[in-house]
Amino acid sequence: MPTYKVSRRGLLGGGAAAAGVAGAFAVGRAGEGAPAEVHQPLQYDFHGTHQAGIVTPAQDRLHFAAFDVTTTERADLVDLLQKWTEAAERMTRGEYAGEGGAVEGAFNLPPDDTGEAIGLSSSGLTITFGFGPSLFRDAEGKDRFGLADRQPEALRELPHFPADNLDPRRSYGDICVQACANDPQVAVHAIRNLVRIGFGTVAVRWSQLGFGRTSTTSVSQDTPRNLFGFKDGTANIKAEETEDLEKHVWVADGDDTKADWLVGGSYLVARRFNMTVEVWDRQPLGDQESFVGRSKGTGAPLSGGGEFDDFDFDMPGSNDQTIIAADAHVRLVHPDFNDGARMLRRGYNFVDGSDALGGLDAGLFFLAFVRNPDTHFIPIQNRMATQDALMEYLKVTGSALFAVPPGTKPGEHVGQSLFA
Amino acid sequence: MRKPLSLAAPLTALLLATPLLAACTENADGDPKDGGTADARALTVESSDDACTVSADTAPAGTLTFDVTNTGSQVTEFYLLGEDGLRIVAEVENIGPNLTRELTANVPAGTYVTACKPGMKGEGIRADFTVTESDEPVTGTDDQALVDQAVEGYAAYVEDQTEQLLEKTTQFVELYKAKDDDAARALYPQARTHWERIETVAESFGDLDPKMDAREADLEPGQKWTGWHLIEKDLWPARAEDYTPLTDAERATYADDLLANTTELSERVEELTYTVDQIANGSRGLLEEVATGKVTGEEEYWSRTDLWDFQANVDGAKVGFEGVEVIVSQKDPELAELIETRFEELQALLDAQRVGDGFVSYDELSEADVKALSDAVNALSEPLSKLTATVLS
Repeated sequence: MPTYKVSRRGLLGGGAAAAGVAGAFAVGRAGEGAPAEVHQPLQYDFHGTHQAGIVTPAQDRLHFAAFDVTTTERADLVDLLQKWTEAAERMTRGEYAGEGGAVEGAFNLPPDDTGEAIGLSSSGLTITFGFGPSLFRDAEGKDRFGLADRQPEALRELPHFPADNLDPRRSYGDICVQACANDPQVAVHAIRNLVRIGFGTVAVRWSQLGFGRTSTTSVSQDTPRNLFGFKDGTANIKAEETEDLEKHVWVADGDDTKADWLVGGSYLVARRFNMTVEVWDRQPLGDQESFVGRSKGTGAPLSGGGEFDDFDFDMPGSNDQTIIAADAHVRLVHPDFNDGARMLRRGYNFVDGSDALGGLDAGLFFLAFVRNPDTHFIPIQNRMATQDALMEYLKVTGSALFAVPPGTKPGEHVGQSLFA
Repeated sequence: MRKPLSLAAPLTALLLATPLLAACTENADGDPKDGGTADARALTVESSDDACTVSADTAPAGTLTFDVTNTGSQVTEFYLLGEDGLRIVAEVENIGPNLTRELTANVPAGTYVTACKPGMKGEGIRADFTVTESDEPVTGTDDQALVDQAVEGYAAYVEDQTEQLLEKTTQFVELYKAKDDDAARALYPQARTHWERIETVAESFGDLDPKMDAREADLEPGQKWTGWHLIEKDLWPARAEDYTPLTDAERATYADDLLANTTELSERVEELTYTVDQIANGSRGLLEEVATGKVTGEEEYWSRTDLWDFQANVDGAKVGFEGVEVIVSQKDPELAELIETRFEELQALLDAQRVGDGFVSYDELSEADVKALSDAVNALSEPLSKLTATVLS
């Protein structure tokens, strides 16, 4: 059988890949005579010091999947990570998941690629992999793949937080894959094909679609809005803040001597925050702003200034209260009240249809990358869960924690440092 | 109000570079068939309404590919025939106008005949074709013997299962008509086992299948419900609302109808012949039945005996696989081994649900049990989807 080097689009193929740091991109165009490019023809390199999909400017769409590993063989797992890496390299270049392509292969074989991305560009696709605590030890604490002595100290199941109402079918997982793209079909195509490659070695535990980014990860991006209608992610760590990335996002040499494989990686917290939007929508504008601590229109702090100005948490308001209330969201999660800790958030809005009572099954699929969840997430989530005014309108239905290995060089597979 | 994406500026700049990138890509995508020794085995065929143009009349022994393009106005076929012009070495059918289909065949040295059959009628437009000796290994000449063996073995299996189905169905309808419901309920999943083992064959009779195996939810408006599942509901009415049990006369009518159709099925099965790809496809098809109906607990909605059917589908799939296994082992030993392992893993999960000579009720499965079974079905189905192509390669 001859093998073809196939591209999903005649004009944009492997040769168009832009090498270099995450953020570099190449551009193709739609077919002959086609109207202006509909999808952002961005291309991000899969390789790098860190995995793509963290400081990469947040794309508009998400498909996130958590997997259970079904094999008991370490070699099978490594083999899958190799295959996943190859497929991810190809798909992020805008090529088919498998080299046989979607329609170029044998007529009597299922195609190597599922085909729904034919004609679509890479659309800024990034694919980011992480490992959950249950990959290292099973529920009884038994070493599953000879990795237990390399399990990072901070990689444990997250504690129960007040207002957690977790559905085990939306929580936990041995491995996670975050696929982000500006075209939802490209993100879904990526997960679908990785799932297919994984059958027999892993099985999907849960997956989540997100349709609108709720964070900016670059100063070049506008601040988007969450489903409460507020700007979200104004104070997020941006790709350009390299010092803060080192301090708050990337695991550094010496952070955890047992888990030096994670140096250059990060921790990924995934939380499915259901919003009771119907109830929220009945709150007076003044109350909504007071709960958040920002103006709904501009995103400016209630203490004045523009969106990006600092808060004055002590500014007096009426009734002997500060203008930014004691239970305002921005106060409780602000670094000033959390030992300076910041997160790189990369969440997405979601609406999974409606619930049995006709309410939107909607909310914010919270994704945050942090250097250490023990210092950068758990205390903040506890404060928020117990004191934040917004919690009245939030219910956490899914939760997971993953260790995100560093990036790969060409020829390496994702997570190679863990299995070395 | 929404602002445009701030990406607009860099996009405009980079669009200018596009033609360069495009040119580069087109070159990189060059056809690997150009030049090189593999070429002589890659042939093209142009089938028009009145001509059959093969790019060469000779090729070295080995794996040959014919890219057959239909330039005519009717559906065409392409055959590689033995020297006698009768024996089909390889064929590709149903090539619509303007379509290209690839035919791959492992061909030893010898004299052959190529034929295009525009309109799918007659002898076709024929030409001689010579395959010369070469170093490339060719599949053993015992292949045909293996294929014959597989086909005979499978035919015997289907006949045997049909006989047992008829025997147990006869007993079942007698018990049911005699209102010995406990005994009928006990026999129901056992008799169904023989149906489910050959389900893909039984379903190939498009007139009998809906009469015998339709589920209530599958009926079209106005369609009369008969067969196994109607009787199932009458024997296990617990999940039905406002159910009126069948009268004795109705029981007799439906029971006799089921038996008559089963008898008809067993007669027709005797006339069937199989091809090796049908066997391989049947194996895959039975696993699809499991994935879509049994693992979800939809098949036996009233009796909850889905796991019996599940096991029977797996039995049938395994027999189909084992029939062609020796061929697969020669062509792709890794695939054969993987499928075998995955069958074992699935069987271990099923065995864990055994009780007595049968299985626990579907209702007794936990969500985790169902998920594990479904995962194992997916794990097996993925390599099984390559079985037919491998057998034919």
